Amino acid sequence: MAASTLTVPQPEIPMSLHLRGRVGMWSMIVAESAIFTIFVVAYLYYSGKSLSGPTPREVLEVPIFISICLFSSSFTIVMGEKAIHRGNIKLFTVWLFATIALGAIFVIGSFREWYRLIYEHGVTISSSLFGTTFYSLVGLHLSHVIVGLTMLSLVLIFSLLGSVKQEHAERIGVLALYWHFVDTVWVVVLSVVYFIAR
Amino acid sequence: MLDADSISKPMFVPPEGVQARPWLDRVHEWIVTVDHKKLGLMYITYGILFLVVGGIEATLMRIQLAIPHNHFVSPQTFNQLFTMHGTTMIFFAAMPIVFGFAVYLVPLMIGARDMAFPRLNAWGFWMSALGGIILYFSFVGGGGLYGAGGAPDVGWFAYAPLTSPAFSVGHSTDYWIIGIFVSGFGSIATAVNIITTILCLRCPGMTLNRIPLFAWLSAVMASQVLLAVSPLTAAQVMLMIDRYLGGHFFDTQAGGSAVLWMHFFWIFGHPEVYILVLPAFGILSEVIPVFSRKPIFGYSIMVAATLAIGFISLSVWAHHMFTVGMTSYANAFFVASTAAIAVPTGIKIFNWLGTMWGGKISFKVPMLFSIAAVCQMLIAGLTGIMLSAAPFDWQLGNSYFVVAHFHYVILGVIVFAVFGGIYYWYPKVTGRMLSETLGRWHFWLFLIGFHLTFDFMHVPGVLGMPRRIYTYEAGRGWDVWNLVVSVGVVFQAAAILLWVVNLIVSYYKGEVAGNDPWNAWTLEWSTTSPPPDYNFATIPVVRSRRPLWDLKHPEDPDWKYE
Amino acid sequence: MKLDRTAWFGFVSVQAAFVLAASKASLADPAIPSIFSPSSTPADSIYHLALFVLAITGAIFVVVFSLLAYAAIKFRRRANDDGREPPQIYGSNQVELAWTVIPVLIVVVLFLAAARVIHAIEDAKFPPGTIEVTAIGHQFWWEFQYPGQGFITANELHVPVSDRDHPTPTHITLMSADTDHSFWVPKLAGKTDLIPNRVNNMWIDPHETGVYVGQCAQYCGTQHAKMLLRVVVESRENFDKWLANEKQPAADVASAADGRRVFESTACVNCHTVAGTNAHGKFGPDLTHLMSRVTIASGAAENTKDNLRQWIKNPDTIKPGCLMPAMQMSDQDIDAVAEYLMTLH
Repeated sequence: MAASTLTVPQPEIPMSLHLRGRVGMWSMIVAESAIFTIFVVAYLYYSGKSLSGPTPREVLEVPIFISICLFSSSFTIVMGEKAIHRGNIKLFTVWLFATIALGAIFVIGSFREWYRLIYEHGVTISSSLFGTTFYSLVGLHLSHVIVGLTMLSLVLIFSLLGSVKQEHAERIGVLALYWHFVDTVWVVVLSVVYFIAR
Repeated sequence: MLDADSISKPMFVPPEGVQARPWLDRVHEWIVTVDHKKLGLMYITYGILFLVVGGIEATLMRIQLAIPHNHFVSPQTFNQLFTMHGTTMIFFAAMPIVFGFAVYLVPLMIGARDMAFPRLNAWGFWMSALGGIILYFSFVGGGGLYGAGGAPDVGWFAYAPLTSPAFSVGHSTDYWIIGIFVSGFGSIATAVNIITTILCLRCPGMTLNRIPLFAWLSAVMASQVLLAVSPLTAAQVMLMIDRYLGGHFFDTQAGGSAVLWMHFFWIFGHPEVYILVLPAFGILSEVIPVFSRKPIFGYSIMVAATLAIGFISLSVWAHHMFTVGMTSYANAFFVASTAAIAVPTGIKIFNWLGTMWGGKISFKVPMLFSIAAVCQMLIAGLTGIMLSAAPFDWQLGNSYFVVAHFHYVILGVIVFAVFGGIYYWYPKVTGRMLSETLGRWHFWLFLIGFHLTFDFMHVPGVLGMPRRIYTYEAGRGWDVWNLVVSVGVVFQAAAILLWVVNLIVSYYKGEVAGNDPWNAWTLEWSTTSPPPDYNFATIPVVRSRRPLWDLKHPEDPDWKYE
Repeated sequence: MKLDRTAWFGFVSVQAAFVLAASKASLADPAIPSIFSPSSTPADSIYHLALFVLAITGAIFVVVFSLLAYAAIKFRRRANDDGREPPQIYGSNQVELAWTVIPVLIVVVLFLAAARVIHAIEDAKFPPGTIEVTAIGHQFWWEFQYPGQGFITANELHVPVSDRDHPTPTHITLMSADTDHSFWVPKLAGKTDLIPNRVNNMWIDPHETGVYVGQCAQYCGTQHAKMLLRVVVESRENFDKWLANEKQPAADVASAADGRRVFESTACVNCHTVAGTNAHGKFGPDLTHLMSRVTIASGAAENTKDNLRQWIKNPDTIKPGCLMPAMQMSDQDIDAVAEYLMTLH
């Protein structure tokens, strides 16, 4: 190359590889949000339009306790993330267990709620527009909680077996991001189903 | 900085004195690969295969419609043909080809060794492939109405309540749902991968302001996939709940709404066509500068226009529903948003014109296809403007005018651009040039056939011929147009045949290409042809949008002007 | 290259043929349902909007295409090229601004033009004397109810011609009994869909008498292609005569008593209505005045005795996939029923 009097600008270093988990998870969250939005739109569109069956107002009770449990599980998982960042795997395992327990309470509570709706009030997915949209929306959320719990349980098992190390903190963060997403969706679903479209 | 590894050599030619590996080994390697280049090629090959299948379906339809009251196929078969043709072409031909280009080229263009998530890349491909197989299994397994084969016959947008269990007995519709549902997961996975790759894996110096336009267009396309394919997935879950769990989402007898399905479908359906066209624009934005010997005119404006198109495209969907009886205010809104999207699209056409202006245009085959694509985009965009004027759409909607319009975009722009892209990048992928002579025959035959079919197809629409009819009345003035439209198919089929022959023969006998046969400027041309598995021995460092221009013109590098 | 020159010539010929043929396409022929020969106010408004839009898009096409063609020719690489790269221009803000602002203005103008016509058609007010018709879409036929008049007919819609100074439009309420359909008679109006569980509206005010053809324009199943439409626009007197006839119960001709007996004692009555008899079925078209129609099976065949016999014997031979089953009747019975139907004027 010929000697040049041009000042060669220094190359900027773009975003690095280690953030790919988070970016990927955020992209997935965008897609999932779009799916949930469609179910919420259907729920809102059909609210009040059922031709038969009990109305939401007659049969729905705000699930305060299990909601508090689910929201608290976001707190416990944040504590777990902090612990593994500092390298304290034992503490991380404890917080992880707490998260799973709280999530499990949510799932069991939801199933008990559904049992009551089906057997005491006859609200099923085919009984009316309310039934269809309710079980679809709440069920979609519940299925995401179950997937999250499954992933968290796998991590718990790995942790108990001693395979989880401090360098895995970023990956735990990505999973925690998913869990926070699931919680946020519950804020929306709770508001729409139990308050707005009651 | 540059990868000056070994001399370019064509694929699969082993070095001197080395035995080629057993073919079973080689097939296995492709099946388990996570290499973005192999996956990209598999996507494209899969897409081309289904392009041919969809083309056969179209040919059968055009034979049936060549004369009125024809008896070439039964109504039931015809209805399956147009459903399968549309579904195949969109989901299993165009989308895989477009993903294939992105998956192959983006890592090379941004100086990376692979995609962000190589295994997810493989999973995405195989899910998409599985979806197609499931859809086509319907011919055998669907057992639909009247026993005339079980392929779905509800149209590619499967309006409710035609898809309800009452009107769609048997399983043919379920194959439509599940085939697309499965491939939808593949699409979303690949979109996540593309976005993450572009955001996280760029080489040093490659700011977002310097990535090739094809990469920008792939990124916006991927964002649209996240936002658009998901609503379709949701709607299909709802339809399955209706069909199998007694749900009432679209059950008009229980108070459900047929229009709600339309909204959900088109919230997917309209961005979908931009998902298909943006990569085509990306190809044009790479090919036209190289063959005009000038940089793309207005890079930043092109990026801004792309973002504008991506954003506005999410707000235009109900222009597919102008005839369902929305209020005048709703109709007016969608007229506005649809017309608005013409502005950034027009800007792109003008910028391509600006790139050609003052250049030294060489009319090699990639450029022939690209110029034709730009001219056809102009026409397709203008017929789109006509359709955006809602009252005009009240006449032209759901007629052969619309069929002509969207084929003008899909064939006239997307497929032409893809052809150009394949002629452009085939040397990089295989190490050999495609035959220019066969390429020119391909171009001219296809151009003439395309125009015979799709120019003349506008006329029956204007004369009152609706779409999706297996036959038509003789006295309505549609006969001669339909015949001409059908004749055009012959030319297109011949062209495709020549093209496939070109692809295969050139692989063995084509002129050896070398690293950079077109004297281009983006990073993929710095590797050997084909690139080594690891793409770059050392990760490149770039200082402008055209790193190879900087190397070739050290006295006048691009970074002086950025 | 010789190939390029020849092929280019072929391509240009195709374009020339297209332009010539398109412009000569027989638009004056009334049998051709062209959107460019409107006979009713909605179709007329759309036609004028279309001309305006075509003028603008035509102008844009001529300008931009000429520039593209010019660039491709003027800036091609010559044979005696020196191999140097041309001046590398990266962009121009002024040019970008110009070709953004002008399209924005064009878009605004188009929007305003379209919005005006949308409002004029969708929000139109109807004068007293408007004929009310309810159209109900079925797989694969049209039910037309005249609620003010108390009768129901099928497949062929009769309306009075409308005088421009004293308009008597027809307002059509659109509903569906099963899947989505769409009412499209191009010379009279744009299409509007018939959607189950939804009520839509449209109107027409035909300016000339005649028969206007159209067909269903939303895919509704196997025989969507043969769900044809005939709108018969007649003078006020003829329309009134037709109305008066339709309001009558079915003719009861003695010579057809046999056929009537077979009709009333077979499954025909499950689907069809013949006013004044014990046939009250709603699933199929009302046959009370079948012979006032020129076609049967919603336009799939001419209304002749032979076609009627064939239709009753096996509808699938005329309209395969339609919802009327083959009646499995003896030839003698079919003959009798056909005779009977032929008396239903």
